[in-house]
Amino acid sequence: MCLGIPGQIVEIIDADDLMAKVDIAGVQRPVNIGCIVDAAHPPAQCIGDWVLVHVGFAMSRIDEDEAHKTLALLTELGEAQEELAAIKASKG
Amino acid sequence: MKDNTSNQQRDAKSDTTSTLRFVDEFRDPTKARALIKEIENLLEQIPQATDRPLQIMEFCGGHTHTIFRYGIEQMLPGRIELVHGPGCPVCVLPMGRVDDCVALAERPDVIFTTFGDAMRVPGSKKSLLQAKADGADIRMVYSPLDALDLARKNPERQVIFFALGFETTMPSTALTVQQAEREGIDNFSLFCNHITTVPTIKAILDSPDMQLDGFLAPGHVSMVVGEAPFRFVAETYDKPIVITGFEPLDILQSLWMLIKQLAEGRCDVENQYSRVVPSGGNPAGLSAIHQVFELREFFEWRGLGSIDHSGVKMRDAYARFDAERKFSVPNLKIADPKSCQCGEVLKGVIRPWECKVFGGACTPETPLGALMVSSEGACAAYYNFGNLPELLAKRQHKQNKGAAA
Ligand code: SF4
Repeated sequence: MCLGIPGQIVEIIDADDLMAKVDIAGVQRPVNIGCIVDAAHPPAQCIGDWVLVHVGFAMSRIDEDEAHKTLALLTELGEAQEELAAIKASKG
Repeated sequence: MKDNTSNQQRDAKSDTTSTLRFVDEFRDPTKARALIKEIENLLEQIPQATDRPLQIMEFCGGHTHTIFRYGIEQMLPGRIELVHGPGCPVCVLPMGRVDDCVALAERPDVIFTTFGDAMRVPGSKKSLLQAKADGADIRMVYSPLDALDLARKNPERQVIFFALGFETTMPSTALTVQQAEREGIDNFSLFCNHITTVPTIKAILDSPDMQLDGFLAPGHVSMVVGEAPFRFVAETYDKPIVITGFEPLDILQSLWMLIKQLAEGRCDVENQYSRVVPSGGNPAGLSAIHQVFELREFFEWRGLGSIDHSGVKMRDAYARFDAERKFSVPNLKIADPKSCQCGEVLKGVIRPWECKVFGGACTPETPLGALMVSSEGACAAYYNFGNLPELLAKRQHKQNKGAAA
């Protein structure tokens, strides 16, 4: 109930009731998109969006740039450590 | 990353995870090792004032689940102790509320709908599962919209949805009620048991036996409410707090960010889970919450007692969709069984395996307390993922020491 699952919007079923078809790991189900649309991002523009689905409602659009930024930071952290280890080894 | 789930469960899951966006990426063991190394480095900069470990609370049951499933506690340096918080809505449901559910469900005109998680929570006489076996019309639904659909298809019956959860699930029930209003579906109502996060964190911070050094804030609650409501933790209580996602790397990165704050002597609200949590939260979800719900003066929690403003009820404008007003509910206060120590576990005073009935009278098959029911409950997590004989031996050892003293 609290965890939610990522899915991709594949079709708008009803633009007035704000219902869309979302593909969740290969299973398609109707999902309410009322919480992720506004004037700047109307239903028609939602096709292809990755969203986090909680109990039949899309509650957040997954921000790909932010996800990549976080992952890049973690990669850098690992690389910096390797470098540091190499510096230490060459000194020793 | 090592996954503690049984092979069977894993096989069933393995063919789906690869298609879940940003799931595998946040389970990468190389990055996990790098983070643990960084955490160790930072810890060296924090002077060890006492022999007390650094205590960090993960509020949310979803985090507790990830921590156990991936054995994160065992990977961490011994100086960090994770305290498992009360953020599992099923686990903190008081017995009297379960009795109310059963009473509603046993009315002949009612179809009672609920998330599956709540079926096995013990009431004073029976759980919803037992009530169903005794003939009550109880149906498990995935979404409140499924409950609304049942109401549409069964106009001669009263369909009640058992609304449960923190701010994460509040927008979905609020929007469902508004949909019922638009369509004029009058045989639909909510039995509202939603609870709020911020007053509860405040109650924990005010509790005299707590010595927490920092918080991992619940990611999906934050997705709805945003960063601002957590500012008081840093500003008034001088504790660092990091909004955290639910994959193992999310938890490790958040711990790293938190310990970095401690090492630098800062306390801020930071957001590790920015791919899902916008700093302002979800405006449409928040406005639906505010239209349909208002704060209760207090709400009763299992194990924690009454906490001011920690629950919501439906506003007068939606009274006709409120099961509490439409039908009479017994609303009795029922004390937990004497042998239960759920309250002490929830407050972090004892560890789950230290409860006298853990693993004996209380198991996931026959739960005495709610912490054993949900997979997000701390007791069930220790039972399913811990080394049971070792834990029971540890408890025996503690008891012997206590008796000798
Ligand atoms: S073992 Fe059972 S009774 Fe004891 S604290 Fe855990 S859930 Fe409660």
